[in-house]
Amino acid sequence: MPSDNLVEIRHVSFSYRNRSVLRDISLVIPRGKTIAIMGGSGCGKTTLLKLIGGQIRPSVGDVVVNGETVNRLDNASLYRLRRSMGMLFQFGALFTDLNVFENVAFQMREHTNLPEEMIRDLVLMKLDAVGLRGARSLMPYELSGGMARRAALARAIALDPMLMMYDEPFTGLDPISMGVIGKLIRRLNDALGLTSILVTHDIEESLKMVDYVYFISDGRIEAEGTPDEIRASTQPFVHQFVHGEEDGPVPFHYPAPAYAVDLGLPDRESR
Amino acid sequence: MKANVISRLGRTTLDSIGRLGVASRFLMMILTRSATSWRRFGLIVREIYSSGVLSLVIILVSGLFVGMVLGLQGYQTLETYGSAESLGVLVALSLVRELGPVVAALLFASRAGSAITAEVGLMKTTEQLQAMEMMAVDPIARIIAPRFWGGVISMPLLAAIFSITGIYGGYMIGVRLLGIDDGAFWSQMQSAVDFREDIVNGVIKSGVFGFAVTTIALFEGYDAVPTAEGISRATTRTVVTSSLAILALDFILTAFMFRG
Repeated sequence: MPSDNLVEIRHVSFSYRNRSVLRDISLVIPRGKTIAIMGGSGCGKTTLLKLIGGQIRPSVGDVVVNGETVNRLDNASLYRLRRSMGMLFQFGALFTDLNVFENVAFQMREHTNLPEEMIRDLVLMKLDAVGLRGARSLMPYELSGGMARRAALARAIALDPMLMMYDEPFTGLDPISMGVIGKLIRRLNDALGLTSILVTHDIEESLKMVDYVYFISDGRIEAEGTPDEIRASTQPFVHQFVHGEEDGPVPFHYPAPAYAVDLGLPDRESR
Repeated sequence: MKANVISRLGRTTLDSIGRLGVASRFLMMILTRSATSWRRFGLIVREIYSSGVLSLVIILVSGLFVGMVLGLQGYQTLETYGSAESLGVLVALSLVRELGPVVAALLFASRAGSAITAEVGLMKTTEQLQAMEMMAVDPIARIIAPRFWGGVISMPLLAAIFSITGIYGGYMIGVRLLGIDDGAFWSQMQSAVDFREDIVNGVIKSGVFGFAVTTIALFEGYDAVPTAEGISRATTRTVVTSSLAILALDFILTAFMFRG
C-alpha cells in the first residue's frame, strides 16, 4: 500500500568539496499537498530539490520518492522515476532552438509513440492551461520572463507527473506575473492531483498558496509549520525572515576580523 | 622559490592529466551512448547542416584562394626548371595530402568548433541540459552524440570540398591565366596522384581531425564554468587546443603515412 507521503527525506546530509551543505535533514511531503521550502540564498534549498530528482546523491541518509529510494536507483530506474516528476527551473530553461510548441511536445516525442495529431491536441491543452495557446509558434527569446516561466510550466506537466518541483518560480518576475504563476501552481496542483514542492525565498507570495512550510538555515531545518503558524511565529529566525529584518540570527555582516583591526586602529574598541 | 616553481609545475601537470582523463571518459560516454543518434539519423543530419553546410562558404572561399596562391607560387618555382606542366601535380598533392585536411580542419575548429562549444556551454549555463536530464532524456545521447557524429562526418567532406576548390583555383591560375597546357595539367595530376596513398590517407587525416576537433569542442562546452566568462574562456580554449591538436596529429599521421 502506498505511503501517505510521496517524498520522505530521512536524515540526509550532503557535502560538496568538504563544505557541509545539508546536515541531518528529515522531512516529509504528503501526497496532494503544496509544500514550500524556504531559506536565504545558498542555504541548501536547491540542493534538496536536486537530491529528490536524483541529480546528486546524499553523503548520508536516504531520499524516498513514491516508495523508491532515489539514491540507490541505477540510471535506468532513475530515468523511469523521473518520467513521473516535473521540474520548473529558475529561469524556465526552455530549449532555445525550439519554439514554445516544440518545447512542450519534447517529452511526448522522446518518451511516447503518440500520433502527431494527438501530440498537437495535448500540447495545445497544456498551453491553454497556462494561457499560452496563442504563443505556440514563438521562440523562447521572444517571450517575457513570466511567459517563459509559464511555457516551461506547460512543458513540465506535459506527461502528467505526480510530483512537481519548482525552483525559485517567482525570481525576477513583476507582481502581475508573480500572482499568475502562484495561482497557476496552486490550480494545477489541485486540478491534476499533483504534489508540489516549491523552493523559494519569496515569503509573501508563497504563504498565500502553500499548505506547509519548512525553513532551512545553515543546512538544517530551522522551523516548520502551516502558513498561519509561520506568520504568528516568534522564533527569531522565522521572525527575521518573514519581516525581512536586516540583522538577526542571519547576520548582516559576513564573518570578518574586528572592524578597528581591519582599519589599522588596534587600540580603539572593536565592534 | 625553486620548490614553489616545481610544486606549481607538478600541480599543473597533474591537473592536465586529470583533465585528459575526464575528457577520455567523456569521449567514452559519447561512443557508448551513440545508439539513439544512429537510430534517429535526422538528429545527425541536423548537426551536419549546422557544422558542415554552414561552414561551406568559408571552406569554398579559402580553398579557392589557397589553390590560386599555390598556382602562382608553384608556377614561379617550376618555371625555373622548365617543368611548369607539373603544376597540376604540385597543387593536387599539396592539397590532398596536407593543405586540404589541415587548413579545412583549422577553419572547421574556428567556425564550427567554437559554435559547438558556445552552444553547449550556453545550454549548460541556462540549465537546459539539467532540464533535459530531469525529463529523463540523456543529454549525452540527445545533444552531445549527434553533434559529435555530425562533426566527424562533416570534416572529411569539407576537406574534400576544400581540396577540389583549391585544385580548381590552381587550374584557373596555371591554365587560364599563365597558359600551361590544359591536357598536361590534368594528365600529370592523374598519373601522379595515387588513390590509396594520397586520397585515402588525406581522408583518414581529415576524419581524425574531425574526431579530435569535435571531441575538444564538445568537452570544452560541457565542462565550461556556467558563466559568461566561463563560456568565453571555453570557446577560446577550443580554438587554441584544437589548432594545436590538428598540427600535432598531422605530424604524427604524416610520419606514419608517407614514410616513402
